Amino acid sequence: MERSVPVWILAALTLALLILLPLGWLAHVSVSSEGGVTLAHYRKVFTDPHLQKALWNTLVLAIWAGLASLAIGAPMAWLSSRTDLPGKRLIRGLIMASFVTPPFLGAFAWVMLAGPNAGLLNKLYRSLTGAEDPLFNIFTMPGLIFVVALYTFPYVFIMIANTLDLIASDLEEAAAVLGAGRLQVALTITLPLVAPAILSGFILAVLQALALFGSPAILALPAGFHTITTQIWALFQYPPKVEMAAAFSIPLLLATALLLLMQKKLLGRRGYASVGGKGGQRRSVGLGPWRYPALLGCLAVMACAIFLPYGILAKAALSRAWAQPMTWENLTLGNFAFTFFQYSSTQAAILNTLELGVMTACVGAGLAALLAYIANRRIILGHQLLAFLALAPIVIPGVVLAVGLFVAYTRPPLLLYGTLWILFVAYLTKEMPVGYSQSDATFRGIHAELEEAGRILGAGRLRVLGEITAPLARSGIIATWCFIFIGVIRELSASILLFTPSTKVMSVVIFDLKEEGHFGAIAVLGLFMLAMTFAIVVLMQTVLGRDFLGAKE
Amino acid sequence: MVTRWLLTIAIVVAWAVMPADRASAQDARLEAARKEGKVVWYTSLALRSAEKVAKMFEAAYPGIKVEVHRTGSQRVLQRLMQELQANIKNADVVHTSDAGHFVLLKEKKLLMQYTPAGVEKFPSGFKDRDGYYYGLRATLTVIAYNPKLVSPAEVPRTWKDLLDPKWKGKLVTAHPGYSGLIATHVLALVNLHGWDYFKQLAQNKLMLVQSAVDPAGVVASGERPVAVNGGDYTFYQSKKKGNPIEIVYPKEGVPLIVSPAAITSFAPHPNAAKLFTDFTFSKEVQQALADSEGLYTGHPEVKYPADKPKLNELKLLPADADELEKRNEEIKKRFVEFFGA
Repeated sequence: MERSVPVWILAALTLALLILLPLGWLAHVSVSSEGGVTLAHYRKVFTDPHLQKALWNTLVLAIWAGLASLAIGAPMAWLSSRTDLPGKRLIRGLIMASFVTPPFLGAFAWVMLAGPNAGLLNKLYRSLTGAEDPLFNIFTMPGLIFVVALYTFPYVFIMIANTLDLIASDLEEAAAVLGAGRLQVALTITLPLVAPAILSGFILAVLQALALFGSPAILALPAGFHTITTQIWALFQYPPKVEMAAAFSIPLLLATALLLLMQKKLLGRRGYASVGGKGGQRRSVGLGPWRYPALLGCLAVMACAIFLPYGILAKAALSRAWAQPMTWENLTLGNFAFTFFQYSSTQAAILNTLELGVMTACVGAGLAALLAYIANRRIILGHQLLAFLALAPIVIPGVVLAVGLFVAYTRPPLLLYGTLWILFVAYLTKEMPVGYSQSDATFRGIHAELEEAGRILGAGRLRVLGEITAPLARSGIIATWCFIFIGVIRELSASILLFTPSTKVMSVVIFDLKEEGHFGAIAVLGLFMLAMTFAIVVLMQTVLGRDFLGAKE
Repeated sequence: MVTRWLLTIAIVVAWAVMPADRASAQDARLEAARKEGKVVWYTSLALRSAEKVAKMFEAAYPGIKVEVHRTGSQRVLQRLMQELQANIKNADVVHTSDAGHFVLLKEKKLLMQYTPAGVEKFPSGFKDRDGYYYGLRATLTVIAYNPKLVSPAEVPRTWKDLLDPKWKGKLVTAHPGYSGLIATHVLALVNLHGWDYFKQLAQNKLMLVQSAVDPAGVVASGERPVAVNGGDYTFYQSKKKGNPIEIVYPKEGVPLIVSPAAITSFAPHPNAAKLFTDFTFSKEVQQALADSEGLYTGHPEVKYPADKPKLNELKLLPADADELEKRNEEIKKRFVEFFGA
């Protein structure tokens, strides 16, 4: 037997433990009571009108956010991939920025922009038109959908743009030669080719919207409605109803699993036969007089996702009263002083966040690389199952994972609650799908021949991995590291149930500040978080030498 | 004669020795507190005020740090209990605005019996009869409005004025599921006007925020012109900073909420905790709470700013800690039923 076998088995077991333990406990708790097995919690979940309403709200939010993401993301993907739109690089860069912006920061910024009375855009609208009613009330379901879509549409964009980048223009040109008009070409040739990508993007966006905690907590609660995630969080109030929270988690979990299953079924074997080929040329469609209007449209979207929110955050960070005009009198650095020096939780939280980010990214990138390697080289039996398990957490919303981890690790033998370890386990599990798919792509690109040569010359598998594969996979692994790090520093939905006062992280501190309404301090910390994120993005682009959304220059 | 003479000596000696003894006991405790190095304070006092008290303590006792963990009263309790369930002993001193919490914590034997120095002079409403917890501060929950947005003729003067449909979409409330002040406030108003009052109030489509501190910000920014509740000190502080805020003390009565503080029975830094507790009940801190923070306190010698109303000029609505403890679930549940979340 080869020496490396224990390593593979250990990696596989770690993964299984990470996912199965919390889910097992979740299922167990959801049916347990003092008198043994019971379905009472489920009965309550499905009969309590308040909980039913939360279920319904979540459904409405997720589907509309998915559709809105599609409506924004798909045209932008087509424009930036297949047309002579000016400023494509800029647009892609901005979409990447919205991709890495924590959604809860966006939601928070939009409270200042479109709160019905104090919101700056509404004030502007009133002073211009003399109207009484606001232009836009962000504390409503449509407002919530709008803000959520601003930060989920990049998922649709990435899926479609990457596919469009790979489709050669041959088919489209053939159709055009045969007399089809532009619209007809688009509808009969291009659309069917990208249909799988559109569907995948849509489902990804819906998954994201279902799992969000911060945006509904900031926008839905003030309006007096719950989504599943905020409801689960509310169930943890003293006296905690963990069984109810668990029972309420299961429908959310089933919904996300069902969505992914649907995606698989719908796509079926309809592969990407014409996609993925190199060769064929891609000619861009001339937009003619529509070039600049199209650019303007894209910039308008980015204004909503990036310019306006970042602008208002900067303003809030520098002013005494965010709703007042930016005069000398209103200008202050006090928010910075308060956030970093007077508020005693900040520094510890930044350190905790960095520590967790680095730790999770290192272990996560390593584990993901090992797993992807096992699956790609088919090293152990059941490697497909491994790939499945590694991708499975994508259907586990953060709050649900947190409920499972809370139950699993607040009792012996593994008492992790109250330490950074429980957050580490949560982040590692949550980031595994991202890490795995990144690593998988990396190892697919490295042919096994080189390794085989090494093996023939007598090196063991581990040595080959260390001396041949790893150097080749280096930049891919670094990219994985960066993705995980970015994911960790913005994580809120699992952290909010798992932190204790001594293990606060930045996102939780921001959330705490929000409940007392410290807009200035939140803006300062939010901008700090963004700065950290962009530093990592720049680092990654330098290492990869390309745009990290996968666009080829 | 001799006995008299002896007695005099005894008194003189006692007088000379006892303070020294007390002082050395203080020294020993200070030494022990220094060794512990810090005190962990779970508090619901508004963040800026809490940090100010912490800085005052750190200045008075260099070398002992105060770890401030500020959140809403209900969350303080939630975090404390959640930690204990996992056998984590982190909190030294607990301070919330829900007196019911202290009934519960005492019953569960989670509090240390400790009487802060000088607290015997406080009125009885500030003292637990068994000596486990004492009122650190008192807060009124009031109506507040933005004078730039509400004309003098329109200003709501009573709790019932807020039921007028003209306020639809213009009110903000904090949440009893987060804030102990608001939980107590809701109970006091339910006892005054019944649950029907809140049912009707909810018809005006209120904006829901969490902390009793937050309505001050919402009203100052103009997002909602009127707050139907909130801690008077947060409005007072915001007004002092120049924000457009005016406070109304409704005629039907104003809930006066005494927020207790106590040391936990499992305090990991017991000496620092005692030192800190004594300090927070000292005249120096109590006066600071009254001055810059705009709070009321139980300390009989504290002087209040001239622009705060005297408590004896107001009709006060008291709240009973035991009743609050018993009806906590009901308060949160019905509030959510009426207001949606």
